[in-house]
Amino acid sequence: MTVELEPVIGLEIHVQLKTATKMFCGCELSFGEPPNTRTCPVCLGLPGALPVANAQAIHFGLMIGIALGCELAERSIFHRKNYFYPDQAKNYQISQYDEPLCRGGELAGVRIHRVHLEEDAAKLVHLGESGRIHGSEQSVVDFNRGGTPLVEIVTEPELRSPEHVREWLMLLRATLRSLGVSDVNMDEGSLRADANVSLRPAGQVTLGTKTELKNMNSFRFLERGVAAEIDRQRAIIEGGGEVEQETLHFDPVSGTLTSLRSKEEAHDYRYFPEPDLTPVATTADMRAAAHAAIGELPSARASRLATLGLTAELAHLLAFRGELGDYFEAVVALAPVDHAQQIANWISGQLVARIGDQDPAESRVAPEALATLVAMVEARELTNNAAREVLDVLVAAGGDPREIVAERGLGALADETALATMVADALSADPDSAAQVRAGNEKAIGALVGAVMRETRGRADGGEVTRLMREQLGL
Amino acid sequence: MSGLLELSASQAAASIARGELDAAELFDFYRERAARDETNAFTWVAGAAPETRSDGPLAGVPLAVKDLFATEGVPSQAGSRILEGYCPPYTATVVERLAAAGAPLLGKTNQDEFAMGSSNENSAFGPVLNPWDHRRVPGGSSGGSAAAVAGGLAPWAIGTDTGGSIRQPAALCGIVGCKPTYGAVSRYGMIAFASSLDQAGPLARDVSDAALLLSAMVGARDPRDSTSLDYPGAIALPTRVDLKGVRLGVPAELSGEGIEPGVLGVFEATLELARRLGASVEPCTLPHAGHALAAYYVLAPAECSSNLARFDGVRYGYRAPGASDLLSMYTRTRHDGFGAEVKRRIMLGTYALSSGYYDAYYGRAQRVRTKIAEDFAAAFERFDFVVTPTSPAVAFELGAKLADPLAMYLNDFCTVPASLAGIPAMSIPVGLAEPPGGGTPLPVGFQLIGPAFSESDMLGAAFALEQALGFDGSAVRS
Repeated sequence: MTVELEPVIGLEIHVQLKTATKMFCGCELSFGEPPNTRTCPVCLGLPGALPVANAQAIHFGLMIGIALGCELAERSIFHRKNYFYPDQAKNYQISQYDEPLCRGGELAGVRIHRVHLEEDAAKLVHLGESGRIHGSEQSVVDFNRGGTPLVEIVTEPELRSPEHVREWLMLLRATLRSLGVSDVNMDEGSLRADANVSLRPAGQVTLGTKTELKNMNSFRFLERGVAAEIDRQRAIIEGGGEVEQETLHFDPVSGTLTSLRSKEEAHDYRYFPEPDLTPVATTADMRAAAHAAIGELPSARASRLATLGLTAELAHLLAFRGELGDYFEAVVALAPVDHAQQIANWISGQLVARIGDQDPAESRVAPEALATLVAMVEARELTNNAAREVLDVLVAAGGDPREIVAERGLGALADETALATMVADALSADPDSAAQVRAGNEKAIGALVGAVMRETRGRADGGEVTRLMREQLGL
Repeated sequence: MSGLLELSASQAAASIARGELDAAELFDFYRERAARDETNAFTWVAGAAPETRSDGPLAGVPLAVKDLFATEGVPSQAGSRILEGYCPPYTATVVERLAAAGAPLLGKTNQDEFAMGSSNENSAFGPVLNPWDHRRVPGGSSGGSAAAVAGGLAPWAIGTDTGGSIRQPAALCGIVGCKPTYGAVSRYGMIAFASSLDQAGPLARDVSDAALLLSAMVGARDPRDSTSLDYPGAIALPTRVDLKGVRLGVPAELSGEGIEPGVLGVFEATLELARRLGASVEPCTLPHAGHALAAYYVLAPAECSSNLARFDGVRYGYRAPGASDLLSMYTRTRHDGFGAEVKRRIMLGTYALSSGYYDAYYGRAQRVRTKIAEDFAAAFERFDFVVTPTSPAVAFELGAKLADPLAMYLNDFCTVPASLAGIPAMSIPVGLAEPPGGGTPLPVGFQLIGPAFSESDMLGAAFALEQALGFDGSAVRS
């Protein structure tokens, strides 16, 4: 008998904060400046230099805590996490340990364990063929990134599948993006995720042995890495073996997992309270300022959009892809409220199909133009097919839909007499199909209607043509 | 020329302010003396008089600075081979403040490596000799600063005190040394030994000089040091000539067992003098003081094991040649670059912080620290100051305690409790005592310990004692 194995996944997410300066010094954050130009005695770990905590980073950390429904600690402290590596200027990282800034919380059914502040490491560049530190001829360190503020968000192990991991992380990204505290861009490393993966027999409460997948830098790699690790663990368990606790690296090119270190090689970080920093006391004023700085969160926006009559799915999409939501609201503001669902359909379907990941606000399609286009369709001045053609033009060159319709003669054929003549012509041109329909084969009407639609180049309303056709066939 | 040597720093400052003395002349006088130093007190001496502000409160009186303060473009090596030749790109806040107040940098002084030691024998640049007797140690870790002031090679100096590193060498060299309240002086730019204990302070020929120098070290909190504090008010220059109404507590735990008889004799004579000046002198108790040294030798090494991790050969300082990979570069650099005592403390501290041992060592030591602070708080309900001998011993011979770290650590027995409590303490010279076994009498220090921010009152009481004692250290300044 095979026992169903259930994946249990937790995430540790690192988010680079978009503060004016670094976590513990006055250096500006770096965005591709020449190496080691955004540094000072503090972030270079020079002898005698001391850290000072960045108030804006604490403010952003509190905003994140509030957005995730966490309990904000009245007092939190920084710890030193000690380990030797050239990307740490001091050979310890200032982080938080048993008294983090925020605890608890929840997002979309996944509970948050904790949220804490720390500093990012510098960037190592290995010169030589291997591209990695082992076997490199020379390694150099760029400290521009060193000391960038990071927030670490740790979930409870409550994610259940690779797809769930991906979707949930996208929700988290949208939430953080709406706060304006980070670029949350996985390609650029401002959002990074580690996944803890284990399997257990379905229904079992205790957790299996977990492995940790380090630093996956895209949503797709994260999903694939987690899937690969679930498969690996399932094969081990089903083969009668035991999963070993270790840290793994997923290579998205080969799709393979390699061990970075085993449990025996795990570091003893010798955490102790950072004596160079005083405890962070979060005052009522600081909390109030963090609350006040938070606009509408995506989950609240989804609820509000649903009240406009949107389906739950569309409301969710527009809320969590905030740029689509913003565009939607700009269009709806120019339109009757009963067009909301249609406008949402046009944005999420046709417009996204044409502009992909681009922010519609940056496309050539002005909100006024989309509002007009939908209004024309709703008024039956334009068929859906013709409207799609107009949208092609808008995406390519912008403009006013009414002018495009006039220039191209795309207006719906609303003259019933002319349409009736075309229907009669079609019936006489295809007597076989007409006879089949009269004999009871209703499907044959499609060919007749199609002929009229071709003749009108889609400008006729298909429903109206069908109605006239049935009338003339005496049905 | 020799008249300049007889001027205290305060007197020299006053002369410059009155236009009777040229600051550049004073600087050159001390620069030449420092350059002829026979006690190895200096690791670097200024080449020429810098642009000196003689309109500030310190009037251009030159300053000797312990090696571990970062000074831009000037070697700042913390007495360690691992920082040999290292010249930082920035200057410590306190050195900047003192320069702005008119104390130009005369030179950098020798010290125990990374401030770890009580004899100045743990320096990569060789031991400092005690100006009273060149066969003896000056104390440590600020041994170079103490010897420079005692020997008349510098008008005054700054040092740092983690467990006694200003007070003990001041005592052994017969000068005044003050460790202020933790947070009173910015630590920015002070190469750290143990962050929660390190504090900069003055070493000076007399109490007035110490007060004047300290008054320019404290002030508004340093935005670059999160643990620094706004000093309440200003340091008052001492004037009192009696001790009427001053209540002194003498803790049995720190003034009996383990103290050399000669030291104890001078200490008791000083208490008698204090009574004559109007002070009340009563026994007090610090029940946990006996555990202070043990707690200190967990906490300070724990912090140092982390603070010294940055010396790895990657960015600055010494890097061992010929390493084949990252680990061998780390291990060889630190093997060659650190001295034995520093390595010992890194190992102790690394062990104390290890998973599974943290609570038993670091956690327990922190609880002892809290108890000691509570002991002092209770004592200060009844006493203005707690007084002890500064050091259990007069200056000992070079090499005498090198083989026995525990005997060396006992030098800090009387000074460590105030460090753990973060409260101010100072040492003044109160007499001479023969070392055990006889020989030329050597200076004995008297320690006053007060509540946080009581520096002005403490300096006042010390001044009254000093005036009544008339301790004369001029013989070793010739």
